[in-house]
Formats: sequence, structure tokens, C-alpha cells
Amino acid sequence: MRIKDGTDGGIINRVNRFVDSEHLVPAVFLVLSFFAWQFSGFSGAFVFNQVLTRFIRDGVLVLSLIIPVVAGMGLNFAITVGAMAIQTALLLVINFQVEGATGILSVIFLGVLLSVALGFAIGHVLNRVKGKEMITTIIIGFLFNSIYQLIFLVGFGTFIPVFNQEIILSRGIGVRNTVDLGMYRNTIDKLWLLKIGAWEFPIFMILVVLFFAAGIYYLLNTRFGHEVKAIGSNNEKAEVSGINVNLIRIKVIILSTVLAAFGQLFYLQNIGMFDVYTAHLNADVISCAALLAGGASIKSAKIRHGILGIFLFHTLFIVSPQAGQNLFNNAALGEYFRSFVAYGTIAFALIINIKNENK
Amino acid sequence: MKNYLKNYKIQTPQIIISFFLIALICLAFILDMDLVVLLNESLIKLVMNGILVLSLIPMINAGAGMNFGLPVGIIGGLIGLCLAVNFRITGLFGFVMSLLFSLVICLFLGWIYGLILNKVKGREEIAGTFIGFSFIPLMNYFWTLVPFQNREMLYPIGGQGLRPKISLENYFSNVLDDMWLLQVGSLEIPVGLFAFYGLVCIFIYLFFQTKVGRATIAVGENEAFSKLSGLDISRIRLIAIIISTVIAGFGICVYSQSYGFIQLYDEPLSMAFPAISAVLIGGSTGKKAYIFEAVLGTYLLQTMYLLTIPIANEILIPELTEILRTFITYGIILYALLIKDRRGNKQ
Repeated sequence: MRIKDGTDGGIINRVNRFVDSEHLVPAVFLVLSFFAWQFSGFSGAFVFNQVLTRFIRDGVLVLSLIIPVVAGMGLNFAITVGAMAIQTALLLVINFQVEGATGILSVIFLGVLLSVALGFAIGHVLNRVKGKEMITTIIIGFLFNSIYQLIFLVGFGTFIPVFNQEIILSRGIGVRNTVDLGMYRNTIDKLWLLKIGAWEFPIFMILVVLFFAAGIYYLLNTRFGHEVKAIGSNNEKAEVSGINVNLIRIKVIILSTVLAAFGQLFYLQNIGMFDVYTAHLNADVISCAALLAGGASIKSAKIRHGILGIFLFHTLFIVSPQAGQNLFNNAALGEYFRSFVAYGTIAFALIINIKNENK
Repeated sequence: MKNYLKNYKIQTPQIIISFFLIALICLAFILDMDLVVLLNESLIKLVMNGILVLSLIPMINAGAGMNFGLPVGIIGGLIGLCLAVNFRITGLFGFVMSLLFSLVICLFLGWIYGLILNKVKGREEIAGTFIGFSFIPLMNYFWTLVPFQNREMLYPIGGQGLRPKISLENYFSNVLDDMWLLQVGSLEIPVGLFAFYGLVCIFIYLFFQTKVGRATIAVGENEAFSKLSGLDISRIRLIAIIISTVIAGFGICVYSQSYGFIQLYDEPLSMAFPAISAVLIGGSTGKKAYIFEAVLGTYLLQTMYLLTIPIANEILIPELTEILRTFITYGIILYALLIKDRRGNKQ
């Protein structure tokens, strides 16, 4: 993609700097989403409101990926484990019929506790597979998914006593496919809702996501953050300079898992319906693709990549089925395009990054 | 191979699976299930899934890791099957033609796949996973837009786009399963099916006896040394990846004729993981794999699945089979990733 340096440096150098993948990928997404939006026929305000909803829904999940990337561990596909942790907490609390603020607080408390424990375990596993973290996190995510299913589809009603009959399948064993979160739905989304014409700004939730972003930014500039960056750029060097690499890596994964748990909590309360067995399934792929769409790579990621990426990726995500319907008279084609963009972005980033690394 | 069998050590996962299998057989016996019928079925299941598992061997031995990009080869085979059905070629001839079509397509797909994997040496597993994942939605366009004419494959309404599940009943379902069926009492041995399985095994065995095959193993064992001795590593890896892809294409053809349907669209998405877990159960480390391991692993795993289905139904939780299946699949892959790396560090 790079243009050869010519004699008249100035402009070409500037173009050259712009055409690296950090800018190229977001630019491609920008062009694609613009055209898809044009063909979809949606109004600007509709798309904007939808994207902003996705921003508060998926924001923290995407942000939870940043620290592991900075630590040189690649994309953490095991954020689904954090998502399952908070879902486990949620189901337990619903089962014990704890309601209101106590309910929410106990969900958060239990969820964080579980994510710390699971993050600790995943961190240990990842320390034994250095260089193969990403494939391992994918497998860990899938493995936990089956354990999660085992607990809620088989364990509930056999080993775990059921107190809330509403969430149980009629056969008495296993949790239903969907659990209504009516009492939690949109409780904080509509807080400080600013309306300008057809444009809606849920100020409070935007601030919450930005608060998490600021927190991660701050963390990366503390002593801990510098150590994370050090092990990200060179493992051995960091070891020599007295950093306990394995410990930092475990902390990084714990942090990522806890953040993912919060992310999934915001996601669920925004949707309001809890698909027990599917809500967490694509959290990893969608979040990773969004982060990469913003210009991050598997070696470097910044807050701005995450935030920009959510806007670009989800614009494309929202408009492409309708664009497919209008262009080819077949909404399914837009759906396929969505999946292709999600998986393809990750595949592209992996191939380009690893290729450059091998050189 | 002889040497290998002498040195064969039974490892923890095999012990666990074997015990589990014995327990299941006892349970099946207590529940008064027909064990001969189960045995017959287990033989078919072995070959049905076995060739997909065998397809992993060349890539593992070339040092390109476990082929998480198996969907690439599977899709090549699916196109071959669809072409044969589209031209309405029936019977054994139809099946052979589907193999030939998929051979051509998989040669091409494997070549491209190999070129990409050669650029991501050392990280083929994660790259392969996402190459496979992203190839599937891309191919969904193909399935939707391809101008095939056979009404039996198309959506009944609209007449455009292939069905997600195409029946092979009028074409070549079970042609291999029923070929040369040997009846011994109530025991049925599908000799034709086993002959085909044997052919693929012999092909892989012979491949590793050739000069290129030996070079493949050398590259897998020690890349730096092979480079010094003047081997063209990229070319050898490319050959191994192409062979893996072609056998994967054959694998899905055999799978589909046993199953009786061609499954398109998102179906290949999660087919790589069970195949990989089978070769690992057989005792492979994921760095080197033998034909024996692939056969043993497939048989253990498939028989176990076969036994869990009626037992799970008996205790009224039918989902249990699927959950257990995924649990074992991913558990064993994670185990292999961990073990493999520990060995790698020691060297």
C-alpha cells in the first residue's frame, strides 16, 4: 500500500504516513458505511441515534480489549468469559429474587468477584502459551460457553435449587432461552436524555462509557501502565529490568475480564431482554472487529481507536441489511456482508500484522 | 510406523475418554440398548468423520499446526457436491464425479490458502481460524447467487439461491455405505466404505514415503535445519496444505453421502474443532500426527457421541449430548495447546 518516497519529500511523505493501516482501515470503513448508508435510505438522525445506542451498548466491551493488546497479548477473545460471569451473577440474583438496587448491586458484586477469579485462571493459562494467546482465548471462550450451558441448561433444577419458577423451562430442568429483564430495562439509558429534534443524546450513559475510557487512559499512564507497555514492546527486556511479567499479564487479563463483565451488563440492560444462551456469543468478534475498524492492530491499540471504531463499524452494521435489501432485493445478502466484514476485518488485521512481524 | 507403535504411550486424555466410553457401554447395556446396532452405526460414523480428521495430518506434520481453517477445504468439497447434483449425475458415478469436481476446486483453494498461510508462519492457527470464519459468509453470496438449474437444490419459492439442506436421496446418498455390505449375523460391515477410507489412509502413508513427504516431516520437525540443508520450505508447506485441503474436500463428500444431505451456508463454521479434537484424542500432540492416531481418535470420539445420544434422551435432557460434545472438543484442544507449549519450552 505504501507509495515509494520520491524526490519531493513533503507531500508524498505525508501521504505515505496517512496510507498505513492505522488510517487506511478506518478510511475504508468510512467510505463503505457512507455508500451503504446512501443505499439504505435511512435518515441521518435514525442512523445516528442507532449508532449512539450501540456506542453505549458495546462501548465498554470494546474498551475491555485495549489493555491486553497494549500488553502484547493480542486480541482477548476470552472477554466472552467476563460476559458469562456477569450473566451467571444476573441469573443467580434473579433466581434468588433479589430486586431493585440491592439486586443490581449484588449482580455487580457477584459478577466482579466471578470475573476476577476467572480472569486469574485465564491469566495463568495464558502464561503457559506465550505467543499463542489469541487461539487459546478463542478456545477458552468456547469451553466456558459449554460449561455455562452445562450449568444453566442441565444444572439448574438438578444440582442447583430453583426458587424462581418463572425462569425455568416447563420440564423443571434448565433455564428458559429468554429471561425478561423488565425491571432493569433502560433504567439508566434514559437518564439525562437530551433531545434535539429527532436526535437523541443519552448523556448519562455516554458519560459512563467515557468515564471507563478515561479510567483506562489513566491506568495506562500510571506505573502499572508503563509496566504493561514495557512487556508489550519487549518481554525479555521487561523481565531483565525487574518487572514480574507473568504477574502483570495475569493482572491485565483480570482487568480485561472485569471490564468485559461491566460491558455486558450495560449491553443487557440496554437490550432489556436477556437471551441466556446467545447474548454473549458474538461479543468477542464484534468488539474485536470494531476495535480494529478504528485503526488498532493486534500490537497497538488506543482509546481513540476503540471509540472511532465503534462508530464506523456499527454504522456499517446498522445500514448494510437495508442496503442489501434495496440493492439486490435480498436482505440476507446484507447480513452476509455484515458477517463477512466482522470476520474479514479480524482476518485481514491478523494476516497483515503477522506478516509484518515475520519480516 | 512400526517403530512408532512400539513407542506408543497412552496419555491422560485417552485414559479418561476410554474410561468414559466403558462406563457408557455399561450404561447402554444396563439400559438394554441394542449394542450390535450401535456397533454398526459406529463403523459408519468412523469413516463419515474419519476422512475430515485424516485431512489434518499433512498440515500438522509440515509444521503448519492444527488446521483451524478446515472450512476452506470443506467448502471446496461442498461446491463439488453441488456441481454433481446440479448436473443430475446419480449413483456411484455421481459420487465419483463430486470427488473429481472437489479435487479441482480444492487444488485451487488450497493453493491460495497455502500462499496466505506461508505469510503467517508460526501463527497459522489463529489466522486459519479467521480465514475459515470469513470465507463462510463470502461463500454465502455464492450459494445465494449461483445460477444452478436443478430445482431440487433451489429454494422452492422464488427459484433462486441454494437451499441450506439439499437432499441427496435421488442422487448418491449412502452409495459408499451400502457398497459391498457384508452381513455377519446382525453385524453389518460396510466394506466399500472401509475400502475408500483405506485408500485415503494408504495415500497419506505413501505420500510420507516419497521424497517430498519426507521433506515435509523434516520441515515440521526442524525448520531451521531444513532451511540449511537446502529445502524449499515455502513450497513444501504449500504442497502439504494443498493435500490437506483436497482430503478435506473428499472428507465432506463422504460425510454428506453418509448423512444424506449437503449442508450449506453457516454449517461448516464449527466443523474444524471436532475434527481437531479427534486427532488429539488419538494421542497426537498437535505438532506431529500419525494415521493410527487419527483413526483411533475418531473412533473413540464418535462412538462416545453415539452412545451419549440415547442415554441423554433416556434421562430427559437431550441437550446434554451437544453440550458434552462441545465441552470435550474444546477441553481437549485447550489441553493440547497447553501441553504442546510446555514441551516446546523444554527443547
